[in-house]
Amino acid sequence: MSKQKIVVVGNGMVGHHFIDQLAKDFSDDYQIVTFAEESRLAYDRVMLTSYYTGNSADDLALTTPDAYDAQGIEYHINEKITSLDRHNKTVTSASGKTITYDKLVLATGSFPFVPPVPGKDQPNIHVYRTLEDLDQIADSAKTSKIGVVIGGGLLGLEAANALKQLGLETHVVEFAPRLMAVQLDDGGGALLRSKISELGVTVHTEKNTKEIVAGETCRYRMNFADGSFLETDTIVFSAGIRPQDHLARTGDLTLGERGGISIDDHCLTNDHDIYAIGECALWDNKIFGLIAPGYAMAKAAVSHLTERRAFKGKEVDFKGADMSTKLKLLGVEVASIGDAHGNTPDAQVYSFIDSSAGIYKKIVVSSDSKFLLGAVLVGDSSDYGQWLQLVLNKIELSQAPECLLLPEMDGEASAGGGIDALPPSAQICSCLDVSKQDICDAVDGGAQDIATLKSCTGAGTGCGGCVPLLTQVLNAQLCQLGVSVDNSLCRHFSHSRQELFDIIRVKEIRNFDALLSECGTGDGCEICKPAAANMFASLWNDHVLATELVGLQDTNDNFHANMQKDGTYSIVPRIPGGEITPDHLILIGEIAKEYNLYTKITGGQRIDLFGAQLHELPIIWKKMVDAGLETGHAYGKSLRTVKSCVGTNWCRFGVQDSTSMAILIEKRYRGVRSPHKVKMAVSGCARECAEAQSKDFGIIATDKGWNLYVAGNGGMRPRHADLFASDIDDATLLRYIDIIFMFYVRTADRLQRTSVWMENLEGGLDYLKDVVINDKLKINDQLLDQMQHLIDTYQCEWKTTINDPQRLKRFNHFINSKQLDDNVIFTDVRGQISPANKVSNAVEIAHAVN
Amino acid sequence: MNTVAEQQTWLDICALNDIPPNTGVCAQFNGQQVAIFHLSSSKLGNVSLVKAVSNLDPFSDANVLSRGLISENDDIYYVASPLLKQLFNLDTGLCATDENVSIATYHVRVSDGLVQLRRS
Ligand code: SRM
Ligand SMILES: Cc1cc2nc3c(=O)[nH]c(=O)nc-3n(C[C@H](O)[C@H](O)[C@H](O)COP(=O)(O)OP(=O)(O)OC[C@H]3O[C@@H](n4cnc5c(N)ncnc54)[C@H](O)[C@@H]3O)c2cc1C
Ligand code: SF4
Ligand code: FES
Repeated sequence: MSKQKIVVVGNGMVGHHFIDQLAKDFSDDYQIVTFAEESRLAYDRVMLTSYYTGNSADDLALTTPDAYDAQGIEYHINEKITSLDRHNKTVTSASGKTITYDKLVLATGSFPFVPPVPGKDQPNIHVYRTLEDLDQIADSAKTSKIGVVIGGGLLGLEAANALKQLGLETHVVEFAPRLMAVQLDDGGGALLRSKISELGVTVHTEKNTKEIVAGETCRYRMNFADGSFLETDTIVFSAGIRPQDHLARTGDLTLGERGGISIDDHCLTNDHDIYAIGECALWDNKIFGLIAPGYAMAKAAVSHLTERRAFKGKEVDFKGADMSTKLKLLGVEVASIGDAHGNTPDAQVYSFIDSSAGIYKKIVVSSDSKFLLGAVLVGDSSDYGQWLQLVLNKIELSQAPECLLLPEMDGEASAGGGIDALPPSAQICSCLDVSKQDICDAVDGGAQDIATLKSCTGAGTGCGGCVPLLTQVLNAQLCQLGVSVDNSLCRHFSHSRQELFDIIRVKEIRNFDALLSECGTGDGCEICKPAAANMFASLWNDHVLATELVGLQDTNDNFHANMQKDGTYSIVPRIPGGEITPDHLILIGEIAKEYNLYTKITGGQRIDLFGAQLHELPIIWKKMVDAGLETGHAYGKSLRTVKSCVGTNWCRFGVQDSTSMAILIEKRYRGVRSPHKVKMAVSGCARECAEAQSKDFGIIATDKGWNLYVAGNGGMRPRHADLFASDIDDATLLRYIDIIFMFYVRTADRLQRTSVWMENLEGGLDYLKDVVINDKLKINDQLLDQMQHLIDTYQCEWKTTINDPQRLKRFNHFINSKQLDDNVIFTDVRGQISPANKVSNAVEIAHAVN
Repeated sequence: MNTVAEQQTWLDICALNDIPPNTGVCAQFNGQQVAIFHLSSSKLGNVSLVKAVSNLDPFSDANVLSRGLISENDDIYYVASPLLKQLFNLDTGLCATDENVSIATYHVRVSDGLVQLRRS
């Protein structure tokens, strides 16, 4: 039997998902051909806006031509299908290609609706749907100062965010009296509006655009029906979407009154050789403008087409979909669940407003108060996952409904009853339709971390919104299995670093012997000793060479310098914020000359002198200290550098004094020991010359204050920092850093940078905000006190050491001779020294000798 | 009492007090570099033990082992190279992470508060 030929028109997210599901197990049975009107194969439209913040078209791609080739899928890009002949079972493309099909799948998506406003067809007026649209908007932005988005719905606000990121003064013009009219109620809309206005986006509601004409101060003027007007250079229409059903019309398929291709539960149209899926399809007179229902339709169609052979014979008909959504718009969390408007007869409504924190929550419950029917969340959507499950699975509330709204008290479970209350059938990931049972099965089968779970169940790989819930299911299931994740520090301590830290703190343990007798065995090793020394330092801040501590230090801390491959050391004085006087610069140069040190500008805006021998360290450091320079802690797991830019002092763009702030911060946190090194940077404006978003703490000036970013990383696995707070003043900035820094010190693993810490932090950024901004754990005062203690007890380690003859005894190569190490040999490279011992041969030599 | 013969066999290196507990120093000895470690902990009954091995890290060809951390496993004591962290048994000189590699060991003792290495 020859293969059935399946033609898929439209290679968007849903068309691709259909192909992917079909090709996975049935590529032998079907010949698949797909036509894409766009210039590339499917990409992640949900993440479209991230194209402006670092994701390239390749990052967003859901597949590649190579992958399709490998699966034997025939594809035609830049090839729009323009007509359908159902009688002969053919489709024809704009370029005249005609192709027959056995089964046709229409996945043509939708197109942005542009109201017939006179003047809409001019340059620099756009829609927001494809990567090409985004390229064009970025082009317009280059010659624009002001941008307007017409439409204050979900996509409109996302487009506004994009304009803002492109540096435009941004306005949103909405016809309705509130933003996101479909999802939110008046209270939620009002709060969202005030939050968005605070971020500098001007919102105009109840404005009906009458025409777009030439402007006086800008390129265009938009005249509104009420006589007012707004001048702008760029316009983006986001006035809703319409199903792309043109092709279906040419084939005379049944359509809805207001468009959309009518389908049944199998996603079949009235022609039983033609399916329609995704945003072009109309089911029960409804269009579903979200990705999860689209994927569900694709599955239903695959199941029907393969006569239920797919998905282990599981019935996967399309039975409608929940339109709950959770989003972050311009940094504001917004969610709506189920019957958000309280349309169910006799439903009761409760709401909670915390205007200082900018949080609005509303719940809709059944008349008997037993079931949650819907909800609206603005400003804090951390309840979304739990509440959605309560609605979808009709779980009876375990407490009075109002308990859901009250901020969680320590230790008490909320009325939701936790993850255990969810039935096995509960859908955890709606995008990929993965149930709690599926996840538990995968965990039982050995997928015991999030990354593995993602790759074997697909959960969490769509919008990503379910990952916190996924994590909870994972942990609960691991608990069930009796798998206690072994996070013992090493063979001497069966505790995690975090647990040890708490023991040391609460029992005020100050030395290693005491720690061992409290909770360890044996005599310690190269893992637990430095870790303990580091924790003692983070808590008590005694000098690292204090008698009880010296034996615990890694060699770099032990000699206050970084050991190089030949046993010599580097010398890095602190140069706060990278600012240095000519005198200090000259002194460093003179020292380098006198001691014949290799000199290099580091990647951290300071100067490193290499090749100093042990006995030279105190002499050199004495000169440094006498001249007012301090240790740079390049050797410590502690604050490294605070990189700065020149900011308002010199730069024409600067909006704050970034250099002074960097110096202030570097001096504040110098010497603070932490689980791993910590780097910071301060940029004077959004151009970000100090690269703050790649640092553990990044600070970027705004015209109202500072934006604080956290948990960035360069290095082995780069990570962009997360925006933690916007437009905060100096005092708030320092307060937040104090708390986050100490919380990291207290809870991170050994040698865990803030980036990895953040990724492992349950609840992630939202949780951290809750801890820091709302003092969720009620420990902020403690953390602030601890940080203050470290700041107050700071000492330049070198200064203390050079004044202590007993400690200086160790700074000699030999304890019983003034001779030097004859194995330290240098050659000359570009006029400076370079180590010349035979490192590369060393191992071979050692093997040969044995 | 130290006899004359003994004085000829054992060479004084430094005072035990010159080596802070649980750290090492490097001694110049017969033209060789020897790393001497001072072990002391409650596990060892708070008595001082000294151990001596070659100072040369064979993996990096650098004279640095005296500056490494002391590490215990199953009652055996090791030094971790400060460069790439390989462990060397302080009694046998065997490398715990690469069985093909070992370093020299030396006889060492404390006498009257002095650390001594044996000449032969
Ligand atoms: C000197 C310098 C390179 C240079 O010639 O410019 C340097 C040198 C070293 N780096 Fe670095 N890093 C230097 C800037 C950086 C930067 C750039 C920056 O800070 O802007 C990065 C990437 C940014 C980041 O950390 O996120 C960087 C990422 C690393 C990493 C990878 C960390 C990670 O989380 O992925 C290591 C390894 C580690 O820490 O485990 C490392 C480790 C090291 C060590 C400590 C390796 C070692 O143990 O011997 C080097 C010793 C320095 C010494 O002897 O003084 N160095 N290193 C730079 C010193 C900056 C300073 O003034 O303190
Ligand atoms: C900015 C933005 C943000 C979004 N955010 C979210 C979100 O957070 N959560 C969520 O659930 N959803 C979100 N969505 C919606 C989501 O992207 C869509 O639901 C999803 O892309 C629909 O998939 P589709 O395949 O039906 O349509 P599309 O992805 O639009 O794909 C249809 C494809 O078919 C092509 N095509 C059309 N006609 C023809 C033809 N005749 N011949 C050949 N090709 C044709 C089109 O060019 C297009 O490439 C967002 C959408 C946008 C634009
Ligand atoms: S970040 Fe802004 S203020 Fe700082 S130097 Fe760059 S352009 Fe100037
Ligand atoms: S719900 Fe979107 S990825 Fe799971």
